[in-house]
Amino acid sequence: MKARIKITLKNGVLDPQGKAIANALGALGFDGVGDVRQGKYIEVELHDTDRASAEQKLERMCEQLLANTVIENYSYELEGI
Amino acid sequence: MKASVIVFPGSNCDRDVAVSLEAAMGKKPAMVWHGEADVPASDLIVLPGGFSYGDYLRSGAMAAHSPIMRDVVAKARKGTPVLGICNGFHLLTETGLLPGVLMRNASLKFICKDVWLKVVRNDTDFARGYAPGEVIRIPIAHHDGNYFADEDTLDRLEGENRVAFRYCDASGALNGDINPNGSQRNIAGLYNETGTVLGLMPHPERLADPALGGTDGRPMFDSLVRALH
Repeated sequence: MKARIKITLKNGVLDPQGKAIANALGALGFDGVGDVRQGKYIEVELHDTDRASAEQKLERMCEQLLANTVIENYSYELEGI
Repeated sequence: MKASVIVFPGSNCDRDVAVSLEAAMGKKPAMVWHGEADVPASDLIVLPGGFSYGDYLRSGAMAAHSPIMRDVVAKARKGTPVLGICNGFHLLTETGLLPGVLMRNASLKFICKDVWLKVVRNDTDFARGYAPGEVIRIPIAHHDGNYFADEDTLDRLEGENRVAFRYCDASGALNGDINPNGSQRNIAGLYNETGTVLGLMPHPERLADPALGGTDGRPMFDSLVRALH
């Protein structure tokens, strides 16, 4: 099965890259652009067949390595079961 | 005194800090590859600057899980002094030895220049060679040096006197304009609870010899040798 993991900055954490993207969109003539936040998207192929154990494993992966929970939130979707 | 410098794939200040340590100690530190399981008996462990694992995922995120880091963290928790410079500071936050995180510079630019630092406290093995409040000139060279922690954590750190160095101007004033990277409260370096783990973004080893154009970094290495010999 495949896990699609989204890692986003927590509310209140400044995102200078998001701000730069918002400015660039404005410079390109796109009006009506509000706040822009940049994050990460990671796909992980899992050989698990049991959804519950895959979710447990993903939690641990996110907590231990994929996200820095001081500044980042994570969420994931599983497909293929 | 025995010192060990941990070398990761992508470290690039390991030799510089080894040269500075040798000048102060009179002998070479052990260079320890990240894949080893144990750090040899050491009075000081140094996590050098560089771009371990190419900064993949987050600066220091991969190296924090290198085999050697288990022993570095265990020894640090037992009181062995650990000095983390630049990417070494990233590693200290990623392993949880120091709180907070170092984010992309507010300007989004890689910054390589000399900055002024205020020595906030000099009652540790790292800083006795400086006067309290002394203003020193040390180079920075980083893309991710923007120190962030939530307000409660920052207040706690200040309350516990954990700030080691702050970015300031040449007179020691802490105005916002001279903050090079957006760090909360101008924080350039931090101690752990016991003052035995120091993480800092500036590079004392890059200004520790007259041939490099300055020696303001040298007292840190001399302080360590005096304390740990």
